[in-house]
Amino acid sequence: MDIKGKVWRFGNDVDTDVIIPARYLNTSDPRELAAHCMEDADPQFPTKVQKGDIIVAGKNFGCGSSREHAPIAIKEAGVSCVIAKSYARIFYRNAFNIGLPILESAEAAEDIAEGDLVEVDVNTGLIKNLTRSKEYTATQVPPFMQGIINAGGLINYVAERLKK
Amino acid sequence: MTITEKILAAHAGKDRVEPGELINVRVDLVLANDITAPVAIREFEKIGVNRVYDPERVTLVPDHFVPNKDIKSAEQAKMLREFSRRHSLTNYFEVGRMGIEHCLLPEQGLVGPGDLVIGADSHTCTYGGIGAFSTGMGSTDIAAAMATGETWLKVPESIKFIYKGELPRWVSGKDLILLAIGKIGVDGALYRAMEFTGPVIENLSVDGRLTMANMAVEAGAKNGIVAPDEITRRYVEGRAKRPYVFYSSDPDARYVEVYEFDVTNMEPLVAFPHLPENVRPVSEAAEVKIDQSVIGSCTNGRIEDLREAATILRGKKVHRDVRLIIFPGTQEIYRQAMHEGLFDVFLDAGAAISTPTCGPCLGGHSGILAEGERCVATTNRNFVGRMGHTGSEVYLSNPAVAAASAILGRIGSPGEVE
Repeated sequence: MDIKGKVWRFGNDVDTDVIIPARYLNTSDPRELAAHCMEDADPQFPTKVQKGDIIVAGKNFGCGSSREHAPIAIKEAGVSCVIAKSYARIFYRNAFNIGLPILESAEAAEDIAEGDLVEVDVNTGLIKNLTRSKEYTATQVPPFMQGIINAGGLINYVAERLKK
Repeated sequence: MTITEKILAAHAGKDRVEPGELINVRVDLVLANDITAPVAIREFEKIGVNRVYDPERVTLVPDHFVPNKDIKSAEQAKMLREFSRRHSLTNYFEVGRMGIEHCLLPEQGLVGPGDLVIGADSHTCTYGGIGAFSTGMGSTDIAAAMATGETWLKVPESIKFIYKGELPRWVSGKDLILLAIGKIGVDGALYRAMEFTGPVIENLSVDGRLTMANMAVEAGAKNGIVAPDEITRRYVEGRAKRPYVFYSSDPDARYVEVYEFDVTNMEPLVAFPHLPENVRPVSEAAEVKIDQSVIGSCTNGRIEDLREAATILRGKKVHRDVRLIIFPGTQEIYRQAMHEGLFDVFLDAGAAISTPTCGPCLGGHSGILAEGERCVATTNRNFVGRMGHTGSEVYLSNPAVAAASAILGRIGSPGEVE
């Protein structure tokens, strides 16, 4: 999968209430959720984010609620992938399950600046900062989770297994 | 092995498991609510099976935006109702018979010691308070488990917390968990199990233990757990709908970290905006004027919590500048509080009493904050905008502090109003 986009930076402990505030959870329509993505951190984000853009954040990204609406909102807003120093565990699972690519790299999370142009190879975990001509490597995804990705997400993975 | 490892091994059909190991486990109960179930139902229907794995073990509790706060919420709640009918779910809890999910399930005996429970709600970790392994997941994971009765897990490393000393009056389970979160931070237990032990925990009520396990997720933990004992036995006997098993950690169980606290001179704690780790003694919060106080939620909406609040409020009046809103966790707790005369105390003080709902805790309804307003709450999160406007503030405390603060009009300790 080819990912290349401009970076929006956020800090540490970005919680799911910031990613998609609960006041909008009376729907699970991805487009409605995307229209409010990250608005409590940056009210203009939903309008200025462009298809393919990348979110870079600090530690514990996605902490708080189990709402799958959070990665859904990010994905539907056009964000192609998230790079963070670390992820809260429920968000991490949710992102894989819905097909939002996420990468863990402390070095990239610290080094990449807002507005940088970044290219990501999700399969190898190689992150290229084209603006600064630098490269970083993300933590490898466990092979078992790679299996879920290869099956096209958890639901396909489970459907295949139940057929057998 | 630790208690967490033993429960996971038993549900994976193995003699033992090691931290870091990926395992497939059988789940005893699968849970979702009116926000997460609509997504789970949609994903479930894509799998192509025509029934859930067990209609007695797939549990749906509309509690977040009910009684329906608007038309869209009504549509979501309707999805749960219709799915429950279509699949003949035994454990669907309608308004009037429901409760906040994590107060309701232990109370109804649907969760017992030794169980493995997953729920599409982050506070599913609450059931560790009665010695179960339970953890929150997203809707798609829950959809898969609704179909298969199984899920995959990575066996977590465990952190041990030992609480020693004499628990001072007005210091409760809420303060003990805030103490731990303040010490290790909001990602201090990321992917790990938090095991609460020591003489203070051994004497703590089940309600207090549920409060502690409830907030394990606020330190990033996969689960929080207390080894079941006689106190647990008294709670689950006569309630449990299924056989239960008491597990406990071996003396040579391995922990990645061990923390020891002496609570003897501890004050009640308050978590300042905008993270649960911003913990300070209540005496350092006395400058904080408040507009609202909320007592309730899956964290502190149980009968013991309401009794604590009533002890403080008896014969007192809520400050004229404060709205005090009390949310009993379930219909049973509501009835119990009424029978014990707690409602008279609350009403005489000038408090509002609500039907069980998660409403204000997540900024859903029934207690939203305007710009610039401050609230002391017995809930679990104080993120930016959590309870309303992004310019509002939430301070987390125990029920006695929330009651005392409602009287004082500012954050204060129960000792100030006694």
